[in-house]
Amino acid sequence: MLHLKGVSKTYTSGDPALSDVTLSVPKGQILGLIGPSGAGKSTLIRCINRLVEPSAGSVTLGDVDLVRLGKADLRRQRRRIGMIFQEYALVERLTVMENVLSGRLGYVPFWRSFLRRYPARDVQTAYRLLDRVGLMDRADSRADALSGGQRQRVGIARALAQEPELLLVDEPTASLDPKTSRQIMRLITEICAERGLPAIVNIHDVPLAQQFMQRIVGLRAGRIVFDGPPSELTEDALTEIYGAEDWNAMRQGDAEQAEAEADAKRRMEALAQ
Amino acid sequence: MTAAPYSEIWHRRTPRARLVRWMGWLCLVALFVWCWQVMTETTIWAFVTDAPRQAADIGGRMWPLEWGYVPELLLPLWDTINIATLGTLGGVAMAFPIAFLAARNTTPSAMVLRPVALFIIVASRSINALIWALLLVAIIGPGLLAGIVAIALRSIGFVGKLLYEAIEETDARQIEAVAATGASGPQVLNYGILPQIMPAFWGISVFRWDINIRESTILGLVGAGGIGLKLNASINTLAWDEVAVILLLILGTVVASEWVSARLRRAII
Amino acid sequence: MSTAYPATWRKPPQLIRSTRWRYAVQLGIALYLAMALGTIEVDWSRVAEGLARGQRFAAGFLQPDFTSRWTDISRGLIESLTMTLTSTVVGVLISVPIGIGAAANLVPAPVYYVCRGIIAVSRALQEVIIAIFLVAMFGFGPFAGFLTLSFATIGFLAKLLADDIEEIEPGQVEAVRATGASWAQLVDYAVQPQVMPRLIGLSLYRLDINFRESAVIGIVGAGGIGATLNTAIDRYEYDSAGAILLLIIGIVMIAEYGSSYLRKFLQ
Repeated sequence: MLHLKGVSKTYTSGDPALSDVTLSVPKGQILGLIGPSGAGKSTLIRCINRLVEPSAGSVTLGDVDLVRLGKADLRRQRRRIGMIFQEYALVERLTVMENVLSGRLGYVPFWRSFLRRYPARDVQTAYRLLDRVGLMDRADSRADALSGGQRQRVGIARALAQEPELLLVDEPTASLDPKTSRQIMRLITEICAERGLPAIVNIHDVPLAQQFMQRIVGLRAGRIVFDGPPSELTEDALTEIYGAEDWNAMRQGDAEQAEAEADAKRRMEALAQ
Repeated sequence: MTAAPYSEIWHRRTPRARLVRWMGWLCLVALFVWCWQVMTETTIWAFVTDAPRQAADIGGRMWPLEWGYVPELLLPLWDTINIATLGTLGGVAMAFPIAFLAARNTTPSAMVLRPVALFIIVASRSINALIWALLLVAIIGPGLLAGIVAIALRSIGFVGKLLYEAIEETDARQIEAVAATGASGPQVLNYGILPQIMPAFWGISVFRWDINIRESTILGLVGAGGIGLKLNASINTLAWDEVAVILLLILGTVVASEWVSARLRRAII
Repeated sequence: MSTAYPATWRKPPQLIRSTRWRYAVQLGIALYLAMALGTIEVDWSRVAEGLARGQRFAAGFLQPDFTSRWTDISRGLIESLTMTLTSTVVGVLISVPIGIGAAANLVPAPVYYVCRGIIAVSRALQEVIIAIFLVAMFGFGPFAGFLTLSFATIGFLAKLLADDIEEIEPGQVEAVRATGASWAQLVDYAVQPQVMPRLIGLSLYRLDINFRESAVIGIVGAGGIGATLNTAIDRYEYDSAGAILLLIIGIVMIAEYGSSYLRKFLQ
């Protein structure tokens, strides 16, 4: 379904974010992308729909090479790729319905989107999706009136309104509490299963990834260092991904903090006497 | 307690920094004195010392206020409000596209159109409405139209600058999300950017309207219509009692417009 | 699934929910616009006549003539610039005590009301109107302009300074007060460090505004480049007028870039 071959990205600042990533996602598979911050997870999924332009390599969806497309063709291909964002990225001042309908923007001419006169089929799809994510009664609310979990559901409905063939999910639970996080992850996996949708999910929460993903890819400094089912994600594999020295540094930081606190406590006691 | 070898002198800044600061202040004072001398070269001090007497004289002639003059002022006042409102509408309409050309994230060409748009904004901001009116009265003749166009031209810079700053401060993630659905350029503008800047847009427009009411009261001094015409006439005939009435009326209008604009802005946001 | 979903959707009105009120407001706006537009009387023959002049002005703007009136222009510019600097300095010096006096968290109520009153008067009156009075009192020339701009500076700077002081962090004030500091020490240690950067920024901004205003008040006789500009337009010397306008724009641009650079340097 989706094939990445030798994808690399170097930002203009000279920092290499991705180097030579090769990856295939078959139909219906839900893939979790884990790794420390700055490992290139976000860059990788943005290279697929070219919100970030890859510096080298090819990205093929079905039989179309997305990297070589012109502007108009790229827009047509982006319709096939739904994206769910970290912190929702809804247009806050528009209504929920407008946000969901904005998933149809690539399909309708400008005047329809400008006048908010969408084809009947699109409106019905939007209502059906809102019903599916459980927000039927909030269609006319403004997006900034919703809670975090509700907003992410709208984000999911917007992505599905595109009738996508691939779902890109960027840290869907980054600003949600643990319970809502689990609900959102369950919703995403259920919907993917219903539609046989492949998905790439960036996720920083390793236990959540292990619980919901079929396959896990570990990214470190822009390279794939782990690729396998969640059951193979052992302590050693995690160290490989997140780096041993990081753990140590963190522990060292803790030690320093503890020392400083102890020192402060001693001073306070000396003052009290 | 043992005597610790601590310094008894503390300075906030290093000697060098202090020297630089003192030199800076000294330069400012010297510059001020020099400017003062250049400026007052031609001043006739006899007039300055005479000023309190003049002030008392003018003040005395303002009293009693010529209230009978008010009905004659209402039509010019209506004109003044129209100049401000229509001028604001015109200015906002012109500033809107210019702001999009000037904002770094929406400009179609950073090399050509953006500098042009920025120049229009600076030019409009640098030149006061009264100067625009002076020019326009000379070009299209005295009357309301000159005033309206003057206010509109002056508003472009103010509205354009604040609006393009608002466009540059939009949340890039919301725009990215709309672009990711496969939306076209105009659609991204309509769904991603416009909803984010609309509150700023209305707020800026109403704010400018408030300022324009203030500015349009004096445009008549150069012949561009409104209550300023009456003010000019009364000043030329030294009818200070009428001048005082006009000023009170202007003051009332300004306070009222400020109240209206504050209410409107609160309703929008 | 057999549930039928609605096939149409209309965006609900955002601002005015009642339909009747919405129509009433729309009608009112339309009516006002019709009336306002009706008051404009345009003498089209005069406008047509003026278009030629407009062209000459545009030509003058594109091919400005700096030389033939240079002595007048340079005198006007020097007057404007000196007026700008002196009035800003004096205005800032007077604004600081008034601004402190108009901060509700620092002074007793009577002082507060007096200072706020001064600010309100200064803000409500247009520079040009003040200039008319001051010219009548002090005679023509830059001295009246200097007084006008100083007075206008007070309204602007003292208000913003007072608002700023009212918004300072109360914790810092409390901490300094807790050391037993006097009122003057409090202002020096708790208030001054918090508002100083903004005071400098605002003063530079006001310098910029004062220059622009100095070009205007000349029209009513308060000296400066505005007087030169007025004369040039009266004589239909549009190439000189264009030169003056370009100089004003240029100086404002330099002042804007200069002040933003200076602000960065000072902070």
